[in-house]
Amino acid sequence: MEKFTTLSAIAAALPEANIDTDKIIPARFLKTTQRTGLGQHAFDAMRYREDGSENPDFVLNRDPWRKAEILITFDNLGCGSSREHAPWALLDFGIRCVIAPSFADIFFNNCFKNGILPISLPRDVCERLMDDASMGENARLTVDLARQVVIRPDGEEVAFEMDPFRKHLLLEGLDDIGQTLQHEQGITRYENRENQEKSWMPSIHID
Amino acid sequence: MSHQPQAFEGLRLAGRRLRHPERTIAVVDHNVPTSDRTQPIEEPESRNQIETLERNVKEFGVPYFPLLSANQGIVHVVGPEQGISLPGMTIVCGDSHTSTHGAMGSLAFGIGTSEVEHVMATQTILQRPAKNMRVIVEGVPGHGVSAKDIMLAIIGHIGTAGGTGHVIEFAGSAIRGLDMAGRMTLCNMSIEAGARAGLVAPDETTFEYVRGRPFAPKGEDFDRAVAYWKTLSTDEGAHFDKEVTLRAEDISPTLTWGTSPETVLPISGTVPDPAQEPDEARRTQMQRMLDYMGLQAGQAISGTPVDVVFIGSCTNSRIEDLRAAAQVAEGRKVAQGVRAMIVPGSGNVKRQAEEEGLDKVFLEAGFEWREAGCSMCLGMNPDRLTPGQRCASTSNRNFEGRQGPGGRTHLLSPAMAAAAAVTGCLTDVRELV
Ligand code: SF4
Repeated sequence: MEKFTTLSAIAAALPEANIDTDKIIPARFLKTTQRTGLGQHAFDAMRYREDGSENPDFVLNRDPWRKAEILITFDNLGCGSSREHAPWALLDFGIRCVIAPSFADIFFNNCFKNGILPISLPRDVCERLMDDASMGENARLTVDLARQVVIRPDGEEVAFEMDPFRKHLLLEGLDDIGQTLQHEQGITRYENRENQEKSWMPSIHID
Repeated sequence: MSHQPQAFEGLRLAGRRLRHPERTIAVVDHNVPTSDRTQPIEEPESRNQIETLERNVKEFGVPYFPLLSANQGIVHVVGPEQGISLPGMTIVCGDSHTSTHGAMGSLAFGIGTSEVEHVMATQTILQRPAKNMRVIVEGVPGHGVSAKDIMLAIIGHIGTAGGTGHVIEFAGSAIRGLDMAGRMTLCNMSIEAGARAGLVAPDETTFEYVRGRPFAPKGEDFDRAVAYWKTLSTDEGAHFDKEVTLRAEDISPTLTWGTSPETVLPISGTVPDPAQEPDEARRTQMQRMLDYMGLQAGQAISGTPVDVVFIGSCTNSRIEDLRAAAQVAEGRKVAQGVRAMIVPGSGNVKRQAEEEGLDKVFLEAGFEWREAGCSMCLGMNPDRLTPGQRCASTSNRNFEGRQGPGGRTHLLSPAMAAAAAVTGCLTDVRELV
């Protein structure tokens, strides 16, 4: 997993509440066998018109927000189905950080698992950041995870809360697996004991 | 157990391998067609998913039952059948109905894709302890009442959120009296009761079931395993966060009328009237269900005509289920205009049924006799309902569109499904056997 330290990037505003995972990635794209490549379908219903052409009014279809790496929305981002395809689609589009007043639980967790930083800030702060995000090429926000601040274009710093353990994982680029494997010795000890006590446990081999 | 392509992709991207491929099994089920397997798969996406899995299992050295293997089938049927799922194990798979394996006396539950990847890489999983709940069913079920009826009655009683946050232990004399297939039906639908998992303490029925299965311990190993398995039962006086008791004698053949598994009725019952429901949100929801299902408040559920009958799915596609259906179908004919299909849960179930002559019973009665897979349990392969079609189904979910867009599902037992097939309408199976 890529480390998340400081991100200075274009921010896009999507001033809507309850953006569900189906809006982020519609169910019909779930048959894919990959977690990469979903970016082209992110926000499909808002992003494309019925004939498949781009909807020019949608923020992520306009410059400079095509290159947005930060997304700001209103309450309850990522509600609905628990599909992990939602963070995959965001990540594949290029989003590394999502800012909203609140998030749906599972989506919030899934963001961390995939190296996306979800930041929860009060609605009025989100509104101010959305104003910043409307400033075209100047719509750059900087997120400094180590110091837990979002730095606005005018230099003002907005502090945010973060669970210290999750922060550590993101800063180190440790996914859940990397973190568990730090306990490899303990796992091996357990396995050795189990193998002795339950030597009858089957091994599966199929030719 | 695994069929998640993205989990393999994650391993590959991070340069990781499986920690214990010999403790892993891969099967294709969700998206396989259940028609003639010697033909290439028509739907390009399904074909692609299967080919991807086959590349992945090769690359990562995962034991795999290919599509043309007699051992292929629904993973939740295959695991116990092969002696891969055993008492005392922790079993996970990227599918919620993994709870089925709890019938073996194991802790078995569904996990998400990144958890599958985590388990493959580390052979461990991070979990918060679940709360525990005991559902006790005492007594002897009446004639024509199967494990499916018991489970539908339990879900009707505790509701689809009744088990939320809990692992359910099914206990009591009626549960002890069930065979392994019946226990699997119960544990399978623990999910529909909101639970994380369901299980039954292993006993002589379990040990006899396991004995001699291909991957089960043999000889002295088996005896040592049984000695350990006998220690797994719940301690006398153990604390349960929640407990519910039902009497088996109170349970009739049961089925669902709405689009949630808790909307159950005895077959002798009438469709409830939303006007009698004091809570407004529920009233609106009930009305919506009735509209979707094309039913009238107050109508007797028995006698409602069906278009399709589906006997299969990880809930009810084992040999015992097919025998129960065949007993009803024998010497009768599928009613005019009804499409009735039997989809065995695995290649082995299919073969055994053929050895017992069940295929003939079904074919003579006018049922379709298909290859193993999930089939019409979910609209992900060519077997699906068309809008407005009413289906008597032995599967586990009756949500809107689950069996195909606009399809109307009534969940019921294999015997009840067979009764619907031969009479052309929802029928009390006790009138036929
Ligand atoms: S039979 Fe249905 S519920 Fe069972 S694994 Fe297949 S799709 Fe899921």
